[in-house]
Amino acid sequence: MVTRIELPRLRALLDAGAQLIEVLPAAEYADQHLPGAHNIPLKTISPHTAAGLDRARPIIVYCWDGL
Amino acid sequence: MSPRAACRLESLGFADVYDYAAGKVDWLAHNLPIEGAAASSPTVGSCLRHDVPTARPEEALAAVRARVDASPYRFALVVAGDRTLLGRLRHAALEAAPGTALAHEAMESGPSTLRPHVALAAVESHLRDHHLTYAIITDPEGHLLGTVHRDDLTGTTGSPSR
Repeated sequence: MVTRIELPRLRALLDAGAQLIEVLPAAEYADQHLPGAHNIPLKTISPHTAAGLDRARPIIVYCWDGL
Repeated sequence: MSPRAACRLESLGFADVYDYAAGKVDWLAHNLPIEGAAASSPTVGSCLRHDVPTARPEEALAAVRARVDASPYRFALVVAGDRTLLGRLRHAALEAAPGTALAHEAMESGPSTLRPHVALAAVESHLRDHHLTYAIITDPEGHLLGTVHRDDLTGTTGSPSR
């Protein structure tokens, strides 16, 4: 079950070592992204592109506004 | 988009997945640092003033008036203990009401605000079009971040000086 979080929890999770993933297209990521975020666009999420993620650490995804 | 991405990652076997649904726009609207090609683009958040007088809602107007008179401004912003913006006290209201009146009794409630990630050129245009000299900047929860003034923007946005 995915947990929806707001900014305070985001910051706490990042402080605890969570991985941050922007799922917007690469051009939007290149334009601006949260510090330390990696880019895996939604349409490209697959076992292959997710292989680099650490299964032992929390993962936080975000886009522009959740829509 | 992010809810679908989170579900997709769960379907791939990741057990500890979170969705920051408010997203990048929420981060920007809190005036937090950003990385990327547009990270250095000028926004309102880079041009904030933090010295506009503030008042608590239960504060007597006489004290607020003294603070405003000692400042370069002709208004004060009324904020709660957590800096949530409640209202504005214009100079005319400060002059008209008795000094024993309380700030919340004389304030204009709910003044218009902008978020800090608005481009400087856009806010300069907004101020000019509405004949305003400044705008109040808050985060999405309504916490006062500062003010931005047209005098500070002229010449910084590439638009002609007036």
